[in-house]
Amino acid sequence: MAKHPFHEVAIVGIHNTEQARVLEGHDSRSITLEAGLGAVADAGLSPRDIDGVVGVTGSDFLYQARIGPVWRSMSQLGIPGLLEATAAIATGLATTVLVSAGSAGIYTERQATAPWTRPSNEFVVSYGMFTAAEFALIARRHMHMYGTKPEALATVAATIRNNGHVNPEAVYFGRGPYTPQDILDSRMVADPYHLLDCAMTAEGGCALVLTRADRASHLRQRPVFVLGGNTDHFGPSYQHPPSFELGGNRRPDLINGWTGRRAAQDAFGMAGLGPSDVDVCEFYDPFSFEIIRQFEAFGFCPEGEGGDFVMGGTIEVGGRYPVTTDGGLMSFSHGGATVQLLQRVIRATQQLRGACPTRQVEGAEVAMCSGGGAGALFTDVMLLGTEQP
Amino acid sequence: MTILMPQTGDIPRPYPTVVSAPYWEGCARGELLFQRCADCGGITHTPAVLCAHCCSRALSWEPSTGTGTIYSWTTVWRPQTPAFSIPYTAVIVDVDEGWQMLSNLIGCEHDAAHVGMPVQVEFHPITDGVMLPYFRPR
Repeated sequence: MAKHPFHEVAIVGIHNTEQARVLEGHDSRSITLEAGLGAVADAGLSPRDIDGVVGVTGSDFLYQARIGPVWRSMSQLGIPGLLEATAAIATGLATTVLVSAGSAGIYTERQATAPWTRPSNEFVVSYGMFTAAEFALIARRHMHMYGTKPEALATVAATIRNNGHVNPEAVYFGRGPYTPQDILDSRMVADPYHLLDCAMTAEGGCALVLTRADRASHLRQRPVFVLGGNTDHFGPSYQHPPSFELGGNRRPDLINGWTGRRAAQDAFGMAGLGPSDVDVCEFYDPFSFEIIRQFEAFGFCPEGEGGDFVMGGTIEVGGRYPVTTDGGLMSFSHGGATVQLLQRVIRATQQLRGACPTRQVEGAEVAMCSGGGAGALFTDVMLLGTEQP
Repeated sequence: MTILMPQTGDIPRPYPTVVSAPYWEGCARGELLFQRCADCGGITHTPAVLCAHCCSRALSWEPSTGTGTIYSWTTVWRPQTPAFSIPYTAVIVDVDEGWQMLSNLIGCEHDAAHVGMPVQVEFHPITDGVMLPYFRPR
């Protein structure tokens, strides 16, 4: 297996700011700056060690700290932003890159669903569409095709929410524990999704620092290495019917229902690994069914068998494939349009450092992270490890 | 039981683009239009410049029979904005010519939707007099 250029890059700093339903005294810029400073400090670096920034609000950090001229990307963040930072470091465009995001003061009209859930596109807006409904159309189709049961969706939601229930940094710390029946008993939002099948809304910031692997070993934290990753996209989110069977002109086997499969195969190929090598699955959990879908899309189980796969403790810490161990978007935080897209990677880094105060997966060496979902027509994948390949 | 109805509140209206304007003009006349490719015969929706099957630009508008079946559905109880009356049922319809569109189901009980349900298009005015295609069981 040829070494991949990504393997020259490591995550050396991470930080989550306080996460809350409402963060008093902050706006998106100020909380993003706090996040960036926290990640730089976690790495044992100073702002002057940063020579690259990713993210729209990351520009604010670079100006305030007067660290220009540096490399900058206007990536929409999440795993694509991290892979762009990784590529920039691997190709010498930058040495040490800060990827930061934050959101506060955006969701003020609580009578409506959060603004990032309801784009004003002409083919969705008059039909009352927002993210829960978009993702429900995907889940419903899978339930029709394979007989997937609401109890399987509820098992996912209960498992992830219970991870947040014990996490003191989670917005919904102490709001549990939940049984699958509790999930099924919560009020319906967009059938088959009950309230507790859905992500929350919150405010917060987070950031990561990446640098060259040869520099990483001299820094404060145990480095976490990039093993592989890629992104799968089918078009703009929330403008076109979220059909399970969208796509397939170029690769007939890869429809939207399996978005993330190509990215996962690429990531595993770069790493020389497969699903059975993964110790912890820090998957993106906007809605409960999406975890089931990802286990199928990424090759952990055959198509249509994800519902059975998640039952019986498999996805709990202590099971074979523990999932979203900080509580995820359902219980840890969903800080706006992009913050939570980075937080699965932050949690994976904590897991591989062995530094999780709660729900640590003992001896975790390989973590798989994701972002997106079939209701949004994309899924991004990143594999991380304790050892440089 | 609640019978699903067209929305009557001040819901957000669609704003047509250069590409989609003929589609909305068709709706105003009570016609559901789709684009067919002169080169490969394939159908494209949502309105586009390129054929979704062969990337040709030779697309022309054609009226649909407006009949189809439900491909997927969700009944919504938490409205997008307070302008929407609940419950409403969002559907992806497999239109009989062989294309898919997003819409809302009307004219049946809120728990009647199912995959494969035969439906027929029906136009109703919403905000600013825009005619919006809904589907009802047939």
